[in-house]
Amino acid sequence: MTHLEKLESQSVYILREAYANFKNLVMLWSIGKDSTVLLWLARKAFFGHVPFPLVHIDTSFKIPEMIQYRDRLALEWKLNMVYGRNDEALEEKRTFPAGQLTRVECCKTLKTDALVNTLSGKWPRWRMDHVTGRYVLDKNTEPYTGVIVGARADEEGSRSKERYFSPRNKESSWDVGDQPPELWNQFKTDFAPGTHIRVHPLLDWTELNIWEYIEKENIPVVPLYFDQGRGERYRSLGCYPCTFPVKSTAKNVKEIIEELKTGKFRNIAERAGRAQDAEDGGGLETLRREGYM
Amino acid sequence: MGTREQQEKEKMAIVIVGHVDHGKSTLIGRLLVDTGSLPQGKLEQVKEECRRNAKPFEYAFLLDALKDERQQGITIDTARIFFKSKKRDYIIIDAPGHIEFLKNMVSGAARAEAALLVIDAEEGIQENSKRHGYLLSMLGIRQVAVCVNKMDLVGYRKQVFEGIEKSYRVFLNEIGLKPLAFIPLSAREGENLTESSENLPWYKGPSVLSMLDLFEKSPGIEHKPLRMPVQAVYKFTENEDTRRIIAGRVESGSLSVGDKVVFLPSNKHSVVKTIEVFNAPQPKKASAGWSTGVTLTEQIYVNRGEIMCKAGEVLPKVSSLLRTEIFWMGKTPMMLDRLYKLKIAATQVPVRLKTLERVIDASDLKKVNKKEIGRHDVAKCVLQAASPIAFDLTVDLESTGRFVIVDGYDIAGGGIIQEAIDDGQVGIRKQVAERELKWDFSVVEPAARSDRYGHLPAFVLLTGPIGMDKKGIAKELEKRLFESGAKTYFLGMGNLLRGLNADVETHRLERHEQVRRMGEVAHLFMDAGLIVVATGTHLNNAELAKLLEVTSRERVLIVNVGAGHLKKGVADLQLDPKTPVSKNVDRVLQFLRDRKIFSEESSREP
Repeated sequence: MTHLEKLESQSVYILREAYANFKNLVMLWSIGKDSTVLLWLARKAFFGHVPFPLVHIDTSFKIPEMIQYRDRLALEWKLNMVYGRNDEALEEKRTFPAGQLTRVECCKTLKTDALVNTLSGKWPRWRMDHVTGRYVLDKNTEPYTGVIVGARADEEGSRSKERYFSPRNKESSWDVGDQPPELWNQFKTDFAPGTHIRVHPLLDWTELNIWEYIEKENIPVVPLYFDQGRGERYRSLGCYPCTFPVKSTAKNVKEIIEELKTGKFRNIAERAGRAQDAEDGGGLETLRREGYM
Repeated sequence: MGTREQQEKEKMAIVIVGHVDHGKSTLIGRLLVDTGSLPQGKLEQVKEECRRNAKPFEYAFLLDALKDERQQGITIDTARIFFKSKKRDYIIIDAPGHIEFLKNMVSGAARAEAALLVIDAEEGIQENSKRHGYLLSMLGIRQVAVCVNKMDLVGYRKQVFEGIEKSYRVFLNEIGLKPLAFIPLSAREGENLTESSENLPWYKGPSVLSMLDLFEKSPGIEHKPLRMPVQAVYKFTENEDTRRIIAGRVESGSLSVGDKVVFLPSNKHSVVKTIEVFNAPQPKKASAGWSTGVTLTEQIYVNRGEIMCKAGEVLPKVSSLLRTEIFWMGKTPMMLDRLYKLKIAATQVPVRLKTLERVIDASDLKKVNKKEIGRHDVAKCVLQAASPIAFDLTVDLESTGRFVIVDGYDIAGGGIIQEAIDDGQVGIRKQVAERELKWDFSVVEPAARSDRYGHLPAFVLLTGPIGMDKKGIAKELEKRLFESGAKTYFLGMGNLLRGLNADVETHRLERHEQVRRMGEVAHLFMDAGLIVVATGTHLNNAELAKLLEVTSRERVLIVNVGAGHLKKGVADLQLDPKTPVSKNVDRVLQFLRDRKIFSEESSREP
């Protein structure tokens, strides 16, 4: 087996374990390359089906191509697509673009708060109606207690701090110092009431692996990742006021792989184009502890 | 596929373990420098920082510097600390030396293919030198080299090295671990790390790096017997998908279309019809390592947790009694007669510690006189599972031969299986295996039958002391099920006694045979798709175990009425005889609904 084949097999195994062990399981889909690979792996694991809802947190500041791409794939792949949004903050203009919050505060408000309350079912969830192609208010307000996330160890800190199956308490917070043991492909699948679980099938993947897999499987990705002739492309996708492209002439997946292999970005963080990281002291740990994905 | 594999440089995950401060980080830092694996300018940058802060440079700082970077998300290659030799790429897994982080050490080391065990030449063998050695052996890491570090501090003296080698070999011997080499070195001075050292003229063995290159990738397990633990049976009906896919990962061996397969412990047989895959041409074969899925020619009921094996190959063992060796990480000790959960491959079962043969302090191999397994202890013990499981001995096949123990909500222990102990059901299991092997399948598939009837087949068995009106409850249950549209039948024990069992003596010695026959009749009725209801007075644990074997324990619900004399976990439901019959029947019905065997709505449909 090649390294990619091994990574795929392990991720599929993890996805199936998650599905076998948890009710009210969802997958977060940020529309970015990692969670799109994750979505593809789910279709691998379940033989073309995706047997759980995909949740997207819409900040209303996403680059418009991302939303178009989301809805196109949702229709084409018959996905159970759900999105949540912090409408109150948006109405009150409590955001960074409106000048009321710092970038990190804005992330917390539009992403973390929206995520936590969408998962718990406290805030409205909008579900795609596949007949009309429009979103309707979802009647199901049951809390989602298992969340599959596309986090990778190489973008977010030491592997020994994170597990494939990682418990979070009621407040979604994460006890970094006391992680459950994980060995021989046995994961933590028993939980006290009120806790929930994050599942990380992509923990062992690198940025290069992701692109190599996208090439191998011919997975559609948002064109924003490619240079459209201006000599720049996005390496990581987010909200347009806080996401900046990198200098690159890579016009397709093959060229991105070549670019990564040259070591051009060796000393530049993948998320360097995400301005909120810099504000958070260079790490995501503060945000992550509070439930950011 | 083959060419791609050949092009790709081999990767090996290694773990570096040892007592705290024996030089693990220095060893890693120095390896990174001497193999030219650091990002450009990193070494100079760290040295410069040390100079500015007026502290002596140490190679261990390089590791911290890399970790800082990683925190910031920089560099793809060093994310998990890579270094390269000419032969392959190495991934170093974090494994903290401090005892408090033992579960992190275990989580890390369990993923490694080989290990370096570091011992300080000056300090000698310490507590965690031994404990880590023991855990490596239990974790199944066979490729281990012992690095006797800091030789510069003992004047590179041969006697010191040999003293450590001698006593550590004795220890490793006792736990059955055979190190491939003992290597004297000084990580700080770079002696004997990547090339042989002039300060160690008396040492003729490999340097650390050449030793690593001598480690071998574990030989292919695709030539061992097939083991595919069933993760799930999928029947996704969207988009008119009619496939019923048995999904799992091939842990060893291989399977091909047309293979005769047997599922254990249920003994169900079938033949592989297709190998299913998404977004790729359908393969004819799947080997060890692949997460896959198959459809079968016969639509037998298979459950998550069973192991798919190939008929004609060596099959796993089946028993509810296992002799094991366990290491414990739980905050509270593992105690006799408490219920735990055992998880092995894709199955889980309630389990208790039956006998504690020996508790060992892993840091000195001394037997400790304990009635429980404390944190960081290792123990040889017998486990009693609530129902039989299929498994292998760890020495034969690792992936189906080792397990974890869950205490409450947490994984608290890990263990390896050393022996399958006869749990008294070997004879009946053999008979059932024969029956299933020769089973003549109806062309009406079980799934078609249960679709038509609107419920799954089941066997509800009420037991308990005499005079509890078990029969009253059973007959009322049959009536209520019938009225809800279910295909159901009350199987009277007395009717068997004077009919099918007329040739069997009624005294106690023959009770087992009567139980077996009741089980066989219930099994046939379930095959016909019915919900069978029966009663049996004072059935004991052994009789129930036999009954479960005969009926393949699928959807058999044991209901105890009145005083309980059964072992914990045997009865699925406990009823109070003082509760009105109709209330008790309600509870059984609710139980059937919860188990998704039956629901009023689907049974009423024509």
